Amino acid sequence: MLLHLLQEKLRPYRHLLWIVVVFQAVQSLAGLYLPTLNARIIDRGITQGDTNFIWRVGGLMLLTTLVQVLLSIAAIYFGSRASMAFGRDTRSALFHQVNSFSSREVAHFGAPSLITRITNDVQQVQMLVLTTCTLLLAAPFTAIGGLVLALQQDVNLSWIIVIAIPLVMSILGTVVYKMVPTFRVMQVRIDRINEILREQLSGIRVVRAFVREPQEKVRFQQANQDVAQTALRGGRLMSLMFPTATFIVNVSCVAVVWFGSNRIAAGQMKLGPMVAFLTYLAQILMSVMMATFMAAIWPRAAVSAERIQEVLSTTSSVPIPTHPTPITQTRVDLELRNVDFEYPGAASPVLHNISFKVSAGETLAIIGSTGSGKTTLLNLVARLFDATSGAVLIDGVDITEVAPAELWSRIGLVPQKPYLFSGTVSSNLRYGKQDATEQEMWNALTIAQADSFVREMPGALEAVIAQGGTNVSGGQRQRLAIARALIRQPEIYLFDDSFSALDLSTDAKLRAALTPHLKDSVTLIVGQRVSTIRHANQILVLEDGLVVGLGNHEELRQSCPTYEEIVLSQALQEGDDL
Amino acid sequence: MNEPKRMNKEDQTTSPVGNVSELRAGRMNTVGVPAEKSKNFLQSAKRLTRLISDESILVILIFLMAVASVALVVSGPRILGHATDIVFQGLLNRDGTDGIDFARLHRTLAFAIGVYTASYVLAYGQAFLLAGVVQRTMFKLRQDIESKIHRLPLSYIDRHSRGDLLSRVTNDVDNISQSLQQSLSQLVTSMLTIFGVLLMMFIVSPILALVALTVIPLTLLTMGQIAQRSRAKFISQWRYTGQLNGLIEEAFTGHAIVKVFGRQQEVEERFTTINNELFETANSAQFMSGSIQPATMFIGNLNYVAIAVIGGLRVASGSMSLGDVQAFIQYSRQFTHPMTQAASMMNVLQSGVASAERVFELLDAEEQITESGVADSAVTQGQIEFDNVSFSYDPQRPLITNLSFIAEPGTTVAIVGPTGAGKTTLVNLVMRFYELNEGRIVLDGRNIAEMPRSELRSKIGMVLQDTWLFNGTIRENIAYGNPDATDEQIRAAAKATFVDRFVHSLPDGYDTILSGDDGAVSAGEKQLLTIARAFLADPAILILDEATSSVDTRTEVLIQKAMGALRQKRTSFVIAHRLSTIQDADIILVMENGAIVETGSHVELLAARGAYDRLYQSQFTAPVIDLV
Ligand SMILES: Nc1ncnc2c1ncn2[C@@H]1O[C@H](COP(=O)(O)OP(=O)(O)OP(=O)(O)O)[C@@H](O)[C@H]1O
Ligand SMILES: Nc1ncnc2c1ncn2[C@@H]1O[C@H](COP(=O)(O)OP(=O)(O)OP(=O)(O)O)[C@@H](O)[C@H]1O
Ligand SMILES: [Mg+2]
Ligand SMILES: [Mg+2]
Repeated sequence: MLLHLLQEKLRPYRHLLWIVVVFQAVQSLAGLYLPTLNARIIDRGITQGDTNFIWRVGGLMLLTTLVQVLLSIAAIYFGSRASMAFGRDTRSALFHQVNSFSSREVAHFGAPSLITRITNDVQQVQMLVLTTCTLLLAAPFTAIGGLVLALQQDVNLSWIIVIAIPLVMSILGTVVYKMVPTFRVMQVRIDRINEILREQLSGIRVVRAFVREPQEKVRFQQANQDVAQTALRGGRLMSLMFPTATFIVNVSCVAVVWFGSNRIAAGQMKLGPMVAFLTYLAQILMSVMMATFMAAIWPRAAVSAERIQEVLSTTSSVPIPTHPTPITQTRVDLELRNVDFEYPGAASPVLHNISFKVSAGETLAIIGSTGSGKTTLLNLVARLFDATSGAVLIDGVDITEVAPAELWSRIGLVPQKPYLFSGTVSSNLRYGKQDATEQEMWNALTIAQADSFVREMPGALEAVIAQGGTNVSGGQRQRLAIARALIRQPEIYLFDDSFSALDLSTDAKLRAALTPHLKDSVTLIVGQRVSTIRHANQILVLEDGLVVGLGNHEELRQSCPTYEEIVLSQALQEGDDL
Repeated sequence: MNEPKRMNKEDQTTSPVGNVSELRAGRMNTVGVPAEKSKNFLQSAKRLTRLISDESILVILIFLMAVASVALVVSGPRILGHATDIVFQGLLNRDGTDGIDFARLHRTLAFAIGVYTASYVLAYGQAFLLAGVVQRTMFKLRQDIESKIHRLPLSYIDRHSRGDLLSRVTNDVDNISQSLQQSLSQLVTSMLTIFGVLLMMFIVSPILALVALTVIPLTLLTMGQIAQRSRAKFISQWRYTGQLNGLIEEAFTGHAIVKVFGRQQEVEERFTTINNELFETANSAQFMSGSIQPATMFIGNLNYVAIAVIGGLRVASGSMSLGDVQAFIQYSRQFTHPMTQAASMMNVLQSGVASAERVFELLDAEEQITESGVADSAVTQGQIEFDNVSFSYDPQRPLITNLSFIAEPGTTVAIVGPTGAGKTTLVNLVMRFYELNEGRIVLDGRNIAEMPRSELRSKIGMVLQDTWLFNGTIRENIAYGNPDATDEQIRAAAKATFVDRFVHSLPDGYDTILSGDDGAVSAGEKQLLTIARAFLADPAILILDEATSSVDTRTEVLIQKAMGALRQKRTSFVIAHRLSTIQDADIILVMENGAIVETGSHVELLAARGAYDRLYQSQFTAPVIDLV
């Protein structure tokens, strides 16, 4: 997983990585060259008292170290560029991927987890790449250089290295192996922290109203403890790494003296080479330590890479057609043909065998009890989900054959829960139409009966809107959501119970202003009040996902007992205007 | 073991040691200079240290273990040196006696293994304990943030990006934790090693040691220069991370809207802008701070070269022995390593402190007015009086001015009026979600501003205009306002509010988990759940803000009956646009532009032919100009 991700996302930067490799190689060899030069000063300069030679070699040393520092800095420059670019690209890819998801996939992962994956998980992998570039890539060169030099001193003692290095590696490997599951749990628990906190923030008024702060604290504390515990387990495993590696290194030094002295006593070796062997051993082991550093961050990065890949390899359950059929008409009609829909994991279908046809300029009202499937039906038309069976047709074309962008450009949706984005009134209206002029905005606001309050807000069109629209009243939010849809001038309007937060007179004015605006469009309107839908061309009565009536007001009063029941319930409430 | 003693003696008597402490003081200065420019940074670092030192005993223990471990590690090569000496002597004696004294050699080597083992145990123990200290500190930090959220005024939470706040808890705290975990013990160890090696150098040759010493201020100067620049970049890096998190959070929350309105591309463009900024700053931060290490190494190497040359010349002129120069070179090599390590660890820490600054910024945000007054256990009558209340969200735009009314115990007060009139605001004031600008709200003779908020709110059950359920089972959600409720009580509340009807059809019934932002139930069902929640809380005062706006009218009629029963003997505030639902209220307040324009019962108000009557009539005139 990790390697796959790295391979794919680092490919554009491989030339940078090669530069890093070369620079690190030369740099570490320069580092190894310094002691050799120093030895020359001692051997020839000092013993022969040749001060000129000392100066010359000293100059050479200076040059070497200069080369070393320049190359290292350059390596860090390219290394951090490559790794940060890796992070940037991976974040972009993830964000893009999630944007292509349908609501189903977003619900499957959960927004909090998706958020963690884009920032936190990418950060883990990015750190691994960075450490590799700045620390690890130099390690093999130092190690190999050291090894060659050590072998030059005495081949016989090299068995110690042959044992020590695999030993260190296998111990580190075991620890890493144990850390992976720990960090897998860790990332999930970070998701949970994100989730609880996000919930507390969005539901802060309810939390306060019900005085649930103490319980929320406990709930968070539990999640927090879980994170702390796993982090602690990971941290403790990690703390095993450096001391163990150091210990093995040190013990192998002792072994060199122990066995080296035997060989010396037997006359097979001189003292000098043994001391040199020790020096080079230290060099090799330094690079082992660097590898350890990487081993310490590897497990978490590996887990994060898995999580990133999981998102990247998930495809939307609302697929984009490869050869989309264009819709040419500007006046379209909408037809549902035997549509069934079932939420994944639900016991029974939410919608069953829905069929109707609405032509341009007509209005279909949908009425039905709570949970009967009205929102679901509109979501199918907007292709937020795909029907389990049957088809939604626009202008005779199955919407699964239409490019989603094309479809959506023709839809103006006012969701049941009007969600506004942080920004300004105008930035929210531009959601509906990116290049909307001020005039268009005011027109839309006027129809939506939102012009007067927007005018009163400080800054008018530039008035600040908080995330979710929490700084305007419920009815104001709903009207802004309506204006956002109106400004698109779409061919299909989907109003999902969009007047529920409006007072009666605003509601009446809005409808009056809206009517001429809808004359070329297909309008689906979900409503609860008979008085407001009775003039629709068709009324669809939905009950538990089934169409129990379809016709106009008068027809339904005769033919549909459910509709009649609804009518009577409201007549009771409102007096007998019906 | 007699080595350290000698070092201590030298420590106190020879003058170079004085220089050491001077220089160390100097080091503090160089670190201090850039810090003046970003005071917060140093303060955050201090505050972080203070947080950690809450576990002072463990911290001291860890420090002592680190000291001991460093001492052992530094003495390791000396013991091996002894061993080499034994071999060397054996070689000298070769022709005379029996060569190498293996018994002594092996004893020495065994001792070395002992020392290494001890240092291993100490180093591991130290890191093990440190992990505990760090994680407990992070636990506390996250806990502090969570409690802070409950003390922040609503306006703060509304104004700030949710994703950015989340980023502080997840990304920033995580970064602090990783930085501390990675760098703290190594930083301490390498500092100690530097100190130890320096001492050794002074013992061997004070003059060369002075040459070596020049490295320290030079290093610190370089480090300070680079650090000062990278610090600002680190701060931006984590700020952009927060911004990005904010954008992502919002885009995913409104995922369906982003899609249907075809705004993907635009959102992605905004994402790319921040993402690029993040890339640029992270890149510079990493590059700058990353070059501290090679820069330090370079200075170390310069020093190495200087010692090799100066040492060589001195030996050549006969003023120093070759052995001493060699030992010295060895030490100066040993010196460079911890120096570069300390430098790179400082760099890791910097990133952590940048994050800490963001966390502290949140923790220091201004809180809502602290509680005053004590809880009173007297039975709530439920009389609520608004006494000359003025309130506005924005000081520039007065909303509610000099509003007064009295709601008598046990009555139902309906609040009607056009949208944006201030109905929700009015009940929010009863809940004390916001503080009044003027006047007071009195509950049973007590000013609510002088009651603990929890006491006030626990007397009130509220159905908010915006439905909110949390990620949990239906059962847990209904019991939200009354965690001790029995299963029977939950079921009874569910039955009364028609929740039971749709829960029955769910495969998991009351154990169905409401997850995700849409909660897997319809909007009306959600609203029924919030009603059930308030129902079960069984409060003395009830507030229903558009409680049934998404519920179908047939169910609404039935709920109305259940509500009627609930409202008996309770003071209730009911806000509704469907006037049918409030006709039987004892008193109806008609609000317009933040003021009460009319009060009276349904019949009285109709007879008055004022604002209420107009509102009432509009529901019958509406259909006439309805959709084609
Ligand atoms: N958090 C806030 N910050 C700033 N202004 C706000 C905030 N909440 C509401 N307002 C403004 O205060 C006024 C009254 O809002 P309020 O929510 O009380 O209206 P309402 O009568 O409940 O309307 P509705 O029937 O639409 O729910 C509106 O103009 C609104 O824009
Ligand atoms: N994401 C989901 N997963 C599973 N079931 C769901 C999901 N969303 C809704 N449902 C169920 O599907 C049914 C229909 O929901 P829908 O939102 O379409 O109802 P509705 O007619 O719009 O109701 P309301 O009038 O309350 O808005 C409900 O019983 C609901 O519990
Ligand atoms: Mg719905
Ligand atoms: Mg309101």
